Amino acid sequence: MKAKIATTWLDGCSGCHMSFLDIDERLLAIADRIELVYSPLVDNKVFPDYVDVTIVEGAVASVDDLAKIKKIRKHTKYLIALGDCAINANVPSMRNPIPVQEIINRAYVENAFIHDVMPKHPALPELLARVMPIHEVVPVDVFIPGCPPSNDTIFYAVAELLDGRIPDLTSKTRFGA
Amino acid sequence: MTLEELQEIKAGEELARSQKKKSIHVCVAAGCMSQNAEAVLNTIEGQLKEKGLAKDIDVKGVGCMGLCAAGPLVSIEPENRMFQEINQANAFLVTDNLEKGKKTTNDLASDSPFFKRQYKIVTENCGVINPERIEEYIAFDGYLGLYTVLHDLDQNEVVQNLIKSGLRGRGGGGYPTGLKWSTVAKAVGAKKYVICNADEGDPGAFMDRSVLESDPHRILEGMAIAAYAIGADEGFIYVRAEYPLAISRLKVAIKQAERKGLLGNNIFGTTFNFTISIRLGAGAFVCGEETALIASIEGGRGTPRPRPPYPAESGLWGKPTLINNVETFANIAPIIRKGAEWYASIGTETSKGTKVFALAGQVVNTGLIEVPMGMSLREIIFDIGGGIPGGRKFKAVQTGGPSGGCIPEEFLDIKVDYESLTKLGSIMGSGGMIVMDENSNMVDVARYFMEFCMSESCGKCVPCRVGTAQIYDILTKFAERRATEADLTLLEELCDVVRNTSLCGLGQSSPNPVLSTLKYFKHEYMERIQAEVNQE
Amino acid sequence: MTANGQIKIFTLKIDGKDVSARSDQTVLQVCRENEYFIPTLCHLEGLSNIGACRLCMVEVAGQRKLLPACTTMVSEGMEVTTTNDKLAHYRKMTLELIFSERNHTCSVCVSNNHCELQYLSQKLGINHIRVPYRFPKFAVDASHPYFILDHNRCILCTRCVRVCDEIEGAHVWDVSGRGIQAKVITELNQPWGSADTCTQCGKCVNVCPVGALSEKGRSVAENTKRSGFLPYLTARRKEKI
Ligand SMILES: Cc1cc2nc3c(=O)[nH]c(=O)nc-3n(C[C@H](O)[C@H](O)[C@H](O)COP(=O)(O)O)c2cc1C
Ligand code: SF4
Ligand code: SF4
Ligand code: SF4
Ligand code: FES
Ligand code: FES
Repeated sequence: MKAKIATTWLDGCSGCHMSFLDIDERLLAIADRIELVYSPLVDNKVFPDYVDVTIVEGAVASVDDLAKIKKIRKHTKYLIALGDCAINANVPSMRNPIPVQEIINRAYVENAFIHDVMPKHPALPELLARVMPIHEVVPVDVFIPGCPPSNDTIFYAVAELLDGRIPDLTSKTRFGA
Repeated sequence: MTLEELQEIKAGEELARSQKKKSIHVCVAAGCMSQNAEAVLNTIEGQLKEKGLAKDIDVKGVGCMGLCAAGPLVSIEPENRMFQEINQANAFLVTDNLEKGKKTTNDLASDSPFFKRQYKIVTENCGVINPERIEEYIAFDGYLGLYTVLHDLDQNEVVQNLIKSGLRGRGGGGYPTGLKWSTVAKAVGAKKYVICNADEGDPGAFMDRSVLESDPHRILEGMAIAAYAIGADEGFIYVRAEYPLAISRLKVAIKQAERKGLLGNNIFGTTFNFTISIRLGAGAFVCGEETALIASIEGGRGTPRPRPPYPAESGLWGKPTLINNVETFANIAPIIRKGAEWYASIGTETSKGTKVFALAGQVVNTGLIEVPMGMSLREIIFDIGGGIPGGRKFKAVQTGGPSGGCIPEEFLDIKVDYESLTKLGSIMGSGGMIVMDENSNMVDVARYFMEFCMSESCGKCVPCRVGTAQIYDILTKFAERRATEADLTLLEELCDVVRNTSLCGLGQSSPNPVLSTLKYFKHEYMERIQAEVNQE
Repeated sequence: MTANGQIKIFTLKIDGKDVSARSDQTVLQVCRENEYFIPTLCHLEGLSNIGACRLCMVEVAGQRKLLPACTTMVSEGMEVTTTNDKLAHYRKMTLELIFSERNHTCSVCVSNNHCELQYLSQKLGINHIRVPYRFPKFAVDASHPYFILDHNRCILCTRCVRVCDEIEGAHVWDVSGRGIQAKVITELNQPWGSADTCTQCGKCVNVCPVGALSEKGRSVAENTKRSGFLPYLTARRKEKI
């Protein structure tokens, strides 16, 4: 049976996904062992009921992120936090020492040349007071630090999981790597 | 000063006392002073003058009588009739009832257990003598101990006396005082120092302040005896600047002692020289820790340093230094005067003598008490303290100040000493005792003390600086019912790290309130986790 | 050292192995000499030891409490355990506490890839921080013509304070505030750029283990630190006396 794999991003720059894609032809090598069931890279818009491994990039920054990660956790066997944003909230969290309203105001009103109004639309998710690493919200099984982690590291982690082992990445990567 | 002169002063005081029919004592220690005791004293003096009694009746300000919450306190001696809550308007209750008059609304039963169950050594002169007159201290055998030591004992004999007495440090650690003196005495070095630790930073504690305000000479004498025993010629009293009354009385006392030749050169006609100066602390709790205190006296930032080397070996300016607490020094003169065996006969197997406690919280009689070691918590809280007000139920007693622990009802009958409290996950500390009733919430209690430790951490070492802040944040989550099972695990882990890796006693003992409430009142933590799960 | 200043030679056991040591050495020095790994941050060879970071805690037989290797002098017959599960756990937790204290955004830090904190996190096997990040608000002082102080990265090791005081003799730095509010300050809390006492020697920058102190106008890759000058300097100074 093929392992069901999902990937998704929260508040990040998608750099980790790019690094993931850099695995290149090695992806093909494991292609017959995995099935990508949900991802920004594929079309499926609904998160499946059961996933073996979900790889999540990005920090939890909005109410949408929060709902999303809780849902993912519920339907995932192994949750991988991919990259520094997912693990320590990284760059997105640099807003944390400042109150949310102040930041939005600075970005959309004070520094705006045209159309200086506060953004307000039902489709815009409300920002949390504090950007959080994923493990502050739900339990995480594997951490792959790095900004972004190298394709080798990601490949190694996925390969290990497919072989039924929890990967040990301490010699391969670290915060900021 | 000679022994004869000492005895002359004593005789003179006794003569003066015998010429008065009675004497009225007005407490002028900080508690009562803050409620205008000075004015009470003046009013009583005025009224006596009007009545033409000024010649027969002596009026004097004395030190703390213990029941500070009911102050200002006044007593008529020698019959020891006490009055509470005396002010300018009702002072006539005292002066109108000098002869065994009728009971008044402000009478205070001086034969109540609060007074009768106490055993006074450290506070024997509190409420008895005028702290600003050296003659009164001498009248109660003050400086006789110093004389005895200088004339009849060699240094080792003094140390041996202390060892035999079983006295242990009252500053919190309970380290055997005789052993400490002997270590400093043996330390190599021509220059040594004696330091009296009067920083008293525990919130709600005022044992040391009270002794300094009520009987300052006792400390000077204790320090001088120590200086002789260890071979020091210079002493410092490190006292917090928030104690202006204690400081001014110490200054007066030092001046008086110097003038009488009890401090300075060739004390009692011997080759022994000893001077004492005062150093003020700016009120940082951590500056009570001995190495931080020393750094502060040296003019540096008040942060602890790793020990060893202990101050006994390398202390103030790198010299061997003896550092003891106020209450420790207050025990010295009586031990010398009455003998080590006498002292060792009081208390328990491992903890000798008495201990002064500041009784506070949900208890009828709040104030300062001195009891023999080995008295049970129940006796202290229910007999001396008069129990819980309003018929509420007892829940726990917190001993040992901010880094002490909470002891539940089932252990009320244990005999209080250093070991028994430690075994229960608390400590003797400097003698804070806060009684809590059924309405107190133990998570909040733990959080309150952790907040204190967090803001008083000096910030030097990581576990205490960051750990206490993290623990405080987790306790806040519990208080706000946002905590999870994982938070409980993390809380326990953090307490373990902070306790075992912090640099000084502040960090090492800061988890005590959390750990002891987790031990005895875990359900109060669990309830707050449960609540969140149910919400979802 | 013994009281009369004579140096003796001791034998002690480190992790069960006999080693010899001079009586004026610390446990840390002897461990390092014999290539035992003990993590340190506040310690720097050539500066005084203060025992502040608590990463170098070791077990000494017969001692109830753990002891910092950097401030503990060796003694004859001492038995030291440099690592076991408990010590490893404490060290990890302590490092996690340091990460959680300020804003250590490694990916955009001037010290990325040559930072002692980052290095140790990997060495100790830390891949996430279990205690919540505190995200405090701290300013950057860029008033100095050559150097930058970023409090967000400071771990309060006080190496800067000590090197400036003990080696450069300028004493520009101090620590102000208590507990979690503590921070390093220059010139009694004036902007560094206005510090008349600063000789601009750059020693503080070079001993700073993290990205809190850096040189202006240099790229991340160029901002490496060189603290190796210290033991040499102190040794030569001792010789002179
Ligand atoms: C954080 C901290 C605060 C302390 N505060 C005091 C204090 O206020 N007064 C005091 O006498 N001892 C205090 N101590 C204990 C002293 O370090 C020292 O052990 C004591 O003064 C020794 O005197 P003793 O042997 O007479 O008890 C404190 C210790 C710590 C760790
Ligand atoms: S335990 Fe706390 S008070 Fe003591 S040195 Fe460490 S930070 Fe300072
Ligand atoms: S540059 Fe030199 S003098 Fe200036 S603060 Fe740093 S160490 Fe001190
Ligand atoms: S600025 Fe650097 S050297 Fe100075 S205390 Fe902070 S981390 Fe240490
Ligand atoms: S201060 Fe007056 S009784 Fe204590
Ligand atoms: S290196 Fe020893 S405590 Fe920091």
